[in-house]
Amino acid sequence: MGARSKIFPSFAEAVRDIPDGATIGFGGFAVVGMPINLYGAVAAQGAKGLTCVSNSTRGGATLPADAPDMGQMIQNGQVKKVVCAFTAPTRASQRLILSEYVAKGLIEAELTPQGTLAERMRAAGAGIPAFYTPAAVGTELAEGRETRVFNGREYLLELALPLDYAMIRAHQADAAGNLRFRRSQRNFNPIMAMAARVTIVEVEEDILPVGAIDPDDVHTAGVFVHRLVKIPPPPAGWWPQRPGSVAR
Amino acid sequence: MSERRTGSERAKGLSRQQMCDRLAMEFGDGWIVNLGIGIPTLCSNCNFGDREIIFHSENGVIGYGPLAPAGEEDLHLVNAGGQHVTLRPGAAIVHHADSFALIRSGRIDVTVLGAYEVAENGDFANWKMAGQQGGGIGGAMDLAACAKHVFVAMEHQTRNGAPRLVERCAIPATARGVVNLVVTNFGLFEITKAGMALKEIAPGVTVDEVKATTGCNLIIPREVPPVRMAR
Repeated sequence: MGARSKIFPSFAEAVRDIPDGATIGFGGFAVVGMPINLYGAVAAQGAKGLTCVSNSTRGGATLPADAPDMGQMIQNGQVKKVVCAFTAPTRASQRLILSEYVAKGLIEAELTPQGTLAERMRAAGAGIPAFYTPAAVGTELAEGRETRVFNGREYLLELALPLDYAMIRAHQADAAGNLRFRRSQRNFNPIMAMAARVTIVEVEEDILPVGAIDPDDVHTAGVFVHRLVKIPPPPAGWWPQRPGSVAR
Repeated sequence: MSERRTGSERAKGLSRQQMCDRLAMEFGDGWIVNLGIGIPTLCSNCNFGDREIIFHSENGVIGYGPLAPAGEEDLHLVNAGGQHVTLRPGAAIVHHADSFALIRSGRIDVTVLGAYEVAENGDFANWKMAGQQGGGIGGAMDLAACAKHVFVAMEHQTRNGAPRLVERCAIPATARGVVNLVVTNFGLFEITKAGMALKEIAPGVTVDEVKATTGCNLIIPREVPPVRMAR
């Protein structure tokens, strides 16, 4: 490795340079692989006018009750726009912080089918400006937008979604930034890492020496990763909790 | 299988598990099956006998098994509904773009989804409640547009008694003309070129009751067989 280490001593150091108006992707799906600590760090850092990209704006049953999530950033007034596959509650009984802000016109919510959301970032990370997909054809989401027929089937044009920053969580990392995810923790995380100019990773296990991960076993190559922070054990670091267990 | 009902289930006709047991009879050997959030997740409890079924979850889990017993959950492993599942031998994990590549390229044999409304022409709506701002699409639009078969499992009527099987969807559609088969607590319905057909009827429910609670014309055979039950 060269002179500049990717290992940062704290989450605050790792997010210090995020400017107002940045577009930030937050990985994770149903709390698994969700960068809980980086949500907290961005909320504390205070950048405003942010466009936040993630599957949804809320955690789930395994997120400790007082843990940071996008809802906290929204309440802080940091968020200008969200791009998500869920922008409203999925049950009548559910409450979503985002909904109140959207209703008041304070936040723009761009609703995107989940596969389209993933592919828009994959395209950005692969140098592809746009693509066609059959998802959402014939729906309200496609109204007034460009479609095209290929082989007798109608497709909707979707634009790539590049990120300024990706905030992700991984199970293992070596000091070169090579990452491994565990089980369904992978989800959006490798895609966001490739779509972003700067990728910041909260790492569950102790950061390994360069070369400790076999090259064949790397899920995200270190060239896509810029900053690593080891998650401290609780209560200093945020970890998902067992379903049914009480908040820490 | 189970006739047990959870608190939110309707009292009449099939239990939610019986609804899913009936749809699961249609799964072919070797099929890749994707289950939506809610009632459809009960399809993973079904007994498939000799048939090998590969359950796919949109978050990149291919080949998951039953729910993990309480206390033995792997906090790194959930299905689309955020439930802690187990992995079957031969399971594989991919990232979200590959997971939806599997969906978009037509490799999912069937997706079973919940819905608010299904229209007689195969349109259905499941992402936006009436009067709601925004919505919750998740993977439903990708799945509905691209799976080889789209099955719907839902209660026959809303809580207020309004029909869910309708001529045209009143709320925004998830996809057009894609639904093949619908199971409700009142019976099994097939979307055909000629319209919606009542194929099988739930025990304790009459054809007149089905007609009175359905918002579109039904093609009804002279003799409607009872819903086939899992052994």
